[in-house]
Amino acid sequence: MAIRILVGVKRAIDYAVKVQVKTDKSGVVTEGVKHSMNPFDEIAVEEAIRLKEKKVAQEVIALSCGPAQCQETLRTALALGADRAIHVEVTGKDYEMLQPLAISKLIAAVAKKENVDLVLLGKLAIDDDSNQTGQMVAGLLSWPQAVFASKVDIKDKTAEVMREIDGGSETLRVKLPAVITSDLRLNQPRFANLPSIQKAKKKPMAKMSPKDLGVDIKPHQEYLSYEEPPKRQGGGRVANVDELISKLKEKGLI
Amino acid sequence: MNLIKVRTTSISNILHKLTYRYASSQTLVTDLKAIAGNENVSNSASVREQHGHDESYHAGHEPDVVVFAQSTDHVSKIVKYCASKHIPIIPWGTGTGLEGGVTAPKGGVCLNLSRMDKIISVNPDDFDCTVQAGVTRNALNTFIRDTGLQFPIDPGANASLGGMCATSASGTMAVKYGTMRENVMNLEVVLADGSIIKTSGLKGRSRKTSAGYNLTNLFVGQEGTLGIITEATLKLHATPEAVLAAVAPFKDFQSAVDATVAIMQSGLPVARIEFLDEKMVDACNRFSKLSLDVLPTLFLEFHGSNNNIEMQGQLAEETCKSFECLKFDYATEPNKRADLWKARHNLFYAALALKQGSKVSLRDHKNEISTILLSDMLTFSYREKSGSVSPSEGYITDVCVPISALPRMIYLTNKELKRLELLGMIAGHVGDGNFHVVLVVDPKNVEEMERVHEFSMILAKESLDLHGTVTGEHGIGLGKKQLLIDEFGLQGINTMKVIKEALDPLNILNPGKVIDMNKSF
Repeated sequence: MAIRILVGVKRAIDYAVKVQVKTDKSGVVTEGVKHSMNPFDEIAVEEAIRLKEKKVAQEVIALSCGPAQCQETLRTALALGADRAIHVEVTGKDYEMLQPLAISKLIAAVAKKENVDLVLLGKLAIDDDSNQTGQMVAGLLSWPQAVFASKVDIKDKTAEVMREIDGGSETLRVKLPAVITSDLRLNQPRFANLPSIQKAKKKPMAKMSPKDLGVDIKPHQEYLSYEEPPKRQGGGRVANVDELISKLKEKGLI
Repeated sequence: MNLIKVRTTSISNILHKLTYRYASSQTLVTDLKAIAGNENVSNSASVREQHGHDESYHAGHEPDVVVFAQSTDHVSKIVKYCASKHIPIIPWGTGTGLEGGVTAPKGGVCLNLSRMDKIISVNPDDFDCTVQAGVTRNALNTFIRDTGLQFPIDPGANASLGGMCATSASGTMAVKYGTMRENVMNLEVVLADGSIIKTSGLKGRSRKTSAGYNLTNLFVGQEGTLGIITEATLKLHATPEAVLAAVAPFKDFQSAVDATVAIMQSGLPVARIEFLDEKMVDACNRFSKLSLDVLPTLFLEFHGSNNNIEMQGQLAEETCKSFECLKFDYATEPNKRADLWKARHNLFYAALALKQGSKVSLRDHKNEISTILLSDMLTFSYREKSGSVSPSEGYITDVCVPISALPRMIYLTNKELKRLELLGMIAGHVGDGNFHVVLVVDPKNVEEMERVHEFSMILAKESLDLHGTVTGEHGIGLGKKQLLIDEFGLQGINTMKVIKEALDPLNILNPGKVIDMNKSF
């Protein structure tokens, strides 16, 4: 029986952009800055599409939480091969303060509502680097999780997942339904092409609110300030090893 | 990959270090800092060394100072300053050129444009984009990846688009999408007096025009000798819906070329036709651990749509088989396609990986495989002179002829390689009649380099005889000026000199490249 997959996609600042901190330290500059699908989510989408091409999956649903611009990201997921999209609309201050726990609750609610067999997410988003959502979704649903996947094989409602860990890799076998998050080496995502982009415009996109899903998205953390890392200082040259040692001692390093 | 480079210090470089050609380097630095900002000017030894060479075998010649321009305005002011003091100025993109175009044999100011890296606009509905000169081709393709469009000119390096305009670059898909000449719509150029022009109209983005002189294509390929390109408006192309990759080994080169011509004439949407000779295939087998048949081989790629790509693969197979290809492996799925093309992707590194003392297996004309020592292919005197293994480097030739002339060129190439006892492998964009001989050389071996030079000249002259050109993709730079004269004749070169004289009367724009003006500097 072919499975049904829910893929989460986040609209984040494009990885090639030089991020700037706002002068009042309240956040980073997002106005007029190029945004695109979080690269790890591109990998998750690619994996879902490949499972569909292998006929392991019969349907891929793309999900994104955020303001109207998220629909562009969802259209990209549709152009890459997803069958339909769900946009959970969160705007303004609510969106600024939208945190992994709230997102996890939203994803879990949609996963239950759509009765999917697999939730595929990027292991982290490159704007906040949290690496929490996949794990929390699994916790909320009481589903098994296999995160940092670099290889996924699915057969008979069981997934065998090779994961990247410190010092090497580990292979897990999890029963579906489960949550898997993608790591860099899982696959090389395809680029969208024009015919698919045209077709994607006609694929269904549903819109709903956190209230429709019965989820309270109130934040539990407050962001105090954003700062750039300290500017790199110039190095210095030392004449010999003795001077090196005394300099290191001076700096309290040895 | 480790390309260990050894640069010989030319006499002129030594002399230059001893003489102060300009008021003083320090004044130059101070004045340029006043224009471009303190952090954007450097005359430190390592920065100047880096900017004095590209990826060719040409010895480096350092500029006096390097300026990192942040805007067209910077460029204009710097050029005005250099013009007022008669100081040479050399534009620099990524330093990945292959003909010594960025060397500074007369010193001067190296103008690094890599920090002008903004993508100014992308217009998906119009299939065009405008970028600053320092944007690299990979950066552009990454930026437009979700528009379904691509910029399909892919020279080996991740070059800057400004540099690609300046050298009229080309790539593996020229057979379908053309070269820079066909894909540059408009340029912003700073001229030798600092004035700024747009070559196809102040705001021009139309797909075609009959308005005035074709200035755009005057500046495509001028290698920084007529003006400094600061912005480019480029054509974009649709990313294909379906791609089919194929590999077909042939019994000999003639069959491969005949198959190529037939495919070009078949109307199949061929996007890439690449050729590797048997020595190159063997090197690739070793390097990438493959087991391709060691034969002249075509690597093909077709771009089409889902509903007809399979049929195109079958047609291509029939065509190749009618020229007796040994087999025809093809795939549409991305991973399998990458596997098929692995040899072609890694060929430069594979060539360099061949070292002294390693063995090469070749299928000779009797179709028997013999194994010979690489060192036997190199000159005996070299082995005697230097007993140790030196790091090897790749020297790449670049001629382009009408397709029907290819078999004759390849025959001559192999003949000369044998006569001059050089180790070289052939890889080419046969769909364009363009091929490269990758020579594995020791740049410190002066005698070997002389034979390499002789080989290169013979190849270029034969190419001209056969109605070809001395450089398909890499440019004239430092080393091919005489060949350019051979290719165009004195009247042709004179026309170029007239244009150069008109646009750069002081000869400060990248002097010594492409053509030699008779002014002594």
